Amino acid sequence: MSPTPLKAHTDRQYDAQLDDLRARLLDMARRVEEMIANSVRALVNRDAALARRTIEDDHQVNRCEVEADELCLLILAKRQPMASDLRFLTLALKMVTDLERIGDLAVNICERAIDLSHVPEVKPWEEIPGMAAIVRAMVREAIDAFISRDVVKAQQVIDWDDEVDAQYRHVVLDLINVMVNDRSTVESGVMIQSVVKWLERMADHTTNIAEQVIFMVRGKDIRHLGKLPNQV
Amino acid sequence: MASAGAPTAPEKLRMTQSAHSRPGRPRENSVNSEEAATKFRVRRLAAWFGSQQVLHGLDLDISKQRVTAIIGPSGCGKSTFIRCLNRMHELVPSARVGGEVRLDDEDIYGPGVDPVLLRRRVGMVFQKPNPFPSMSIRDNVLAGLRLTHQLARAHANEINEKALRSAALWDEVKDRLDEPGAGLSGGQQQRLCIARALAVEPDVLLMDEPCSALDPIATARIEDLIHTLRERYTIVIVTHNMQQAARVSDRTAFLLTGELVEYAPTDRIFTAPSDKRTEDYITGKFG
Repeated sequence: MSPTPLKAHTDRQYDAQLDDLRARLLDMARRVEEMIANSVRALVNRDAALARRTIEDDHQVNRCEVEADELCLLILAKRQPMASDLRFLTLALKMVTDLERIGDLAVNICERAIDLSHVPEVKPWEEIPGMAAIVRAMVREAIDAFISRDVVKAQQVIDWDDEVDAQYRHVVLDLINVMVNDRSTVESGVMIQSVVKWLERMADHTTNIAEQVIFMVRGKDIRHLGKLPNQV
Repeated sequence: MASAGAPTAPEKLRMTQSAHSRPGRPRENSVNSEEAATKFRVRRLAAWFGSQQVLHGLDLDISKQRVTAIIGPSGCGKSTFIRCLNRMHELVPSARVGGEVRLDDEDIYGPGVDPVLLRRRVGMVFQKPNPFPSMSIRDNVLAGLRLTHQLARAHANEINEKALRSAALWDEVKDRLDEPGAGLSGGQQQRLCIARALAVEPDVLLMDEPCSALDPIATARIEDLIHTLRERYTIVIVTHNMQQAARVSDRTAFLLTGELVEYAPTDRIFTAPSDKRTEDYITGKFG
């Protein structure tokens, strides 16, 4: 489905408010994407200083969440949006929660990166930067899909989640083998397991956003498709 | 069909004769049932003012004991449409109607239908509250009935109280029934007009922008009243207020330049309409 161009509202102030909200969401997504990259870079490079700076960045993401929420409430109260505008607003409200949660998970990874920087390295985890790269790409594409109202791109993000899940299972099996063979690696191994779990959770939050983009564009809810009682 | 000519001998719509003597008549469908029976069946409805055609072949069914909202930009034919449902359109000189409107499966433009009796079954509330200014509150309520009935005093009082209670006005006016209706607030006057319409025990209430002259509190009272009246009456409401249509109605019809663009459950129309023109209208991107 090709993206549908947005027609302007008769009231241009309304368009300006919606544009402002879009810009804030973009800014928040950009910050979150950077946090994912930096958290994994801090882990791989055993760079505690970068991890601490990245934790500080989360305050900005939280501020973005509060401001976007306030703007959503203001638009709901003043404009009483309908149809695709209403779907956009509800998406925005959910998206900021998902983005904020991804930021929190990046903070968790940073905290583990600091802990792991003090203990000997078990082995280089080459899959983790690869996983993180896919998650970053998912965030970027989900936001692109949101901006350009592109359901094909949104579906691609949803499909990538399977790839992240497969990598997660692969790394966990690998970790179990390492820990079984060498009990001294258990402490670090459990921490690494947490890191990959959080990356996998980030992909799930991004999938939520992509599903909401499809709802925004098509007006059709694809979440839990065929898995809910009485669902057509 | 059915050009709007003078009625001949009353036929089936004469069955509605002493409408107010039918209190508590059983309804075929409870308000909670999923599928409501059809009250109005409208087919190929067209309407003209002189040579100007304002409705172009509308097809839709209006459900019994449901609220149906008609929305659309000014001049799209909303008011003309509902005035075709009780044959008020034909009261305008040079106005004509074509197509078919069936009320409970009876052609309201059929031979022998008495428009006066039809309008008792299909009452109307207008944009501006229009009580008779010199009449008392009580006489305003009974005005419609007295056109065709001699009322005994006790019976008149009973009907008066029942209609005012149904219109959620009784508690506010019960101690001043003999005072002029014009002395009431705008919102109270509108509920008085609703009481007047209800006094003749109609099946259907047509409301033509009933809240456009009212403040938000009076509007909320009318909307609350619509919710209550829905249990007994079929309601068709024309409104320019999208939020009002979304709040009060079960189904919404969007008209544009005299054509029916979309007719669907209200929840659907205001969250994910099917037609791009509906989407543009309700999101304020029109023109």
